[in-house]
Amino acid sequence: MLTCKDFLRELNEFLDPSSTDPSARQELEKHVNECPNCWVVVDTTKKTLKVFKGMQASEVPTRVKDRLMAALERKMAARKPGGCGETHASE
Amino acid sequence: MPEPPSFDEAPLVLRAKAGDDTAFADLVKHYERRIFRLAKNITQNDEDAEDVLQESFMKSYENLDRFQGNSKFYTWLVRIAVNEALMKLRKRKSDKSVSLDEQLDTGEDTLVREIAVWDDDPEQKYSQDELRSILDNAVSSLEPIYSTVFQLRDVEEMSTEETAEALGISVPAVKSRLLRARLQLREKLTRFFQRKGDDVLAYL
Repeated sequence: MLTCKDFLRELNEFLDPSSTDPSARQELEKHVNECPNCWVVVDTTKKTLKVFKGMQASEVPTRVKDRLMAALERKMAARKPGGCGETHASE
Repeated sequence: MPEPPSFDEAPLVLRAKAGDDTAFADLVKHYERRIFRLAKNITQNDEDAEDVLQESFMKSYENLDRFQGNSKFYTWLVRIAVNEALMKLRKRKSDKSVSLDEQLDTGEDTLVREIAVWDDDPEQKYSQDELRSILDNAVSSLEPIYSTVFQLRDVEEMSTEETAEALGISVPAVKSRLLRARLQLREKLTRFFQRKGDDVLAYL
């Protein structure tokens, strides 16, 4: 018999069906169907994953972006004349 | 708002390696938000995160010819950013032991203290801005060893192996940290997402 603790230790496997072997999976299913608490943990963890999935990171503040691009441009410009191989001749 | 699904970094990386600076700038624009978020999660300090962002892209530009393409450019970039962020932490805390690969105590991996049923689409109770601030706060309240794994695996959907490589930790460490991160976040979000009128029950 699985305890709740055992079940929670396997929660990631339970949430990712491809990673569990069928007999272990059956035991996990059995536990979650009989244990209301673990059922809620599974349900709320799934919802947690759903709200976070693909969440785009906040925009980097303009001031920070400008500082980054300025520093990079300096570095790029410094590299040009000495050249590591070919550079653009368009400008 | 999800990422545009079909970004292929490979052609940009090839062009950047061949000396096309515009291509490198495009890579910067595409990844700067994620690197900044990662840096904030590790350093937990905006000023340090700004430095880490800048240093990471400078280093990756300088060392681009050493990037072999065995892994994704982004994985390599994350690795650089993690190292930069850890160096910042070490300086700030004057604690040489700061790292992401510390051993975990395995006894406490089932962090469930309370339980309550959530609404079906709990995020719809909040505006986009409110939701973002709830989620950002929840993640940044995690220890960096958990927030970094969660960000890469569950938010950006990197594979377990790529996450391990990017963070310089083992696959089992990624898995156990991910479990703890998920359970901790679930717990933190319960306050916002639980169904009205339901009591929080003690559990385990």
